[in-house]
Amino acid sequence: MKILVCISNVPDTTTKITFTNDNTQFNTAGVTYIVNPYDEIALSRAIELCAGGKGTVTVVNVGESSTEPTIRKALAIGADDAVRIDAAPRDAYFTAFQIAEYAKTGEFDMILTGRESIDYNGAQVAAMVGEFLEIPSISIIKKLDYDGTIATLEREIEGGKEVVTVTGKFVASCAEGVAVPTIPTMRGIMSARSKPLVAVAAQPIEEVIKVVQFETPPARGTVKLIPAEEAASLISLLHTEAKVI
Amino acid sequence: MSVLVYVEQVDGKFKKSVFEAVSYAKAIADKTGTNLTAVSIGNVADSELQELGKYGAAKVLNVASAELKNFVNQAYAAVIAEAAAKEGADVIVLSNSFSGKGLAPRVAVKLKAGLVDGAVELPQLDGGKFLVKKGAFSGKAFAITELTSATKVIALNPNAFGVKESAVTATIESFSPAVQSADLAAIVKEIVRATDKVSLPDAELVVSAGRGLKGPENWGMIEELANLLGAATACSKPVSDADWRPHSEHVGQTGIAISPNLYIAIGISGAIQHLAGVSSSKVIVVINKDPEAPFFKVADYGIVGDAFEVVPKLIEALKAHQA
Repeated sequence: MKILVCISNVPDTTTKITFTNDNTQFNTAGVTYIVNPYDEIALSRAIELCAGGKGTVTVVNVGESSTEPTIRKALAIGADDAVRIDAAPRDAYFTAFQIAEYAKTGEFDMILTGRESIDYNGAQVAAMVGEFLEIPSISIIKKLDYDGTIATLEREIEGGKEVVTVTGKFVASCAEGVAVPTIPTMRGIMSARSKPLVAVAAQPIEEVIKVVQFETPPARGTVKLIPAEEAASLISLLHTEAKVI
Repeated sequence: MSVLVYVEQVDGKFKKSVFEAVSYAKAIADKTGTNLTAVSIGNVADSELQELGKYGAAKVLNVASAELKNFVNQAYAAVIAEAAAKEGADVIVLSNSFSGKGLAPRVAVKLKAGLVDGAVELPQLDGGKFLVKKGAFSGKAFAITELTSATKVIALNPNAFGVKESAVTATIESFSPAVQSADLAAIVKEIVRATDKVSLPDAELVVSAGRGLKGPENWGMIEELANLLGAATACSKPVSDADWRPHSEHVGQTGIAISPNLYIAIGISGAIQHLAGVSSSKVIVVINKDPEAPFFKVADYGIVGDAFEVVPKLIEALKAHQA
């Protein structure tokens, strides 16, 4: 079995988000980068499925050479080898196209991603890769089992879940529940240094979208404090003042 | 040129988020001086399809074939692309629901179109540019995004635009595009849906609780408050990590992002990752016994007090208010 896991290099979850150049660029100064947390879930499940010699896990990242520490982290978690497609990941359409082009060169049984990246919050790459490759894609899964031929996936829906089966190659985007993220061991970190990490060239594709400006959310007003003994008055405030109930 | 909106049905019915998408698509059609067509896939009664007229859909393409009864994104994307070609649509609008998130990217690739998912406002048409605002960095920012492709796909966040009536009479037209069997390779085996609970992503009111509740056995009062309000229940990450509540209730940066009209946070300190997922809520109420809890900084109303004393008082007051 061969599994391809797509990882995104994103700012740490505690990052204070600011912008430069007249709010047109994300301010990367002082930012620590991590493997996108949802991608770690996908990677951890891939490693579980391949454990005991049942297969190999390749991670792929679309990024410039600055993302290599993040890729090494994925190797430390337990991926067998890694590919970096050498380009700035300008948007999901571009990134998905690059991943699909790379996937065509290997016989992967499944391609896994996280449900979304925590920077641009697109939940797009998995389904776009599926469409570029003309294979099924299941977005936002909570569970993934695979018997070597048939995959059984649980997909989140509003107020419940849907159980889907797929025979043959597929793409899935993973959310919490699929696996508990694996913490790298010291041995994993040591061996990650010598695992294969190759860079390949990106392929040209037309631009369909671009971010032209960022905005930070407007500051919220000051809090109106209600004494605990008068808690009941909150209900009338929500009704008459805030008008939300 | 025209606008096409995909109207997602659940058990033959449309939810509020669909009427929001139709209202939004109608506003784009008005702004660009074009027509709006809706496309529905699956079994929906004509009377329900007529409802779409209330929000401005003058024409509804009804794809009622039996093999498309269940949602399979690959096949549905093909149908929507066919409908877009038939109508000459250059803007396609969908709801950014769980299914929408699996569908919109496939539609975009089929049509070589840019996709904005999580749109929060109407597009600005600025000197020939088509700009759409969306949430980014998990609620910590917004990105103004330009769609530069000829065809454009927009997935609208629930509770972002609201429902706007624009009554027309909907003409229903049966539409039967050919479906490739390869597009139906994913097979839906089972659908489990709790019908007695308000679904969190669409909820207008949300009651959420954190570690301050001390244990899963104490959620009775949270559920009672939520039931009285007709609200959905949610929780913080430590709570779902400890399996006190299901992961589907976890809101925050690594859970789901929501923007309800009212978010009541009980016993949640307000870590930056949690705030990221809820900061676009219209009104935030924070109940916490720690007056230094960071959540109070973004709250509209705050009560410094013990949840076990405050929540029963709220339940009593709400019962009295509703009586």
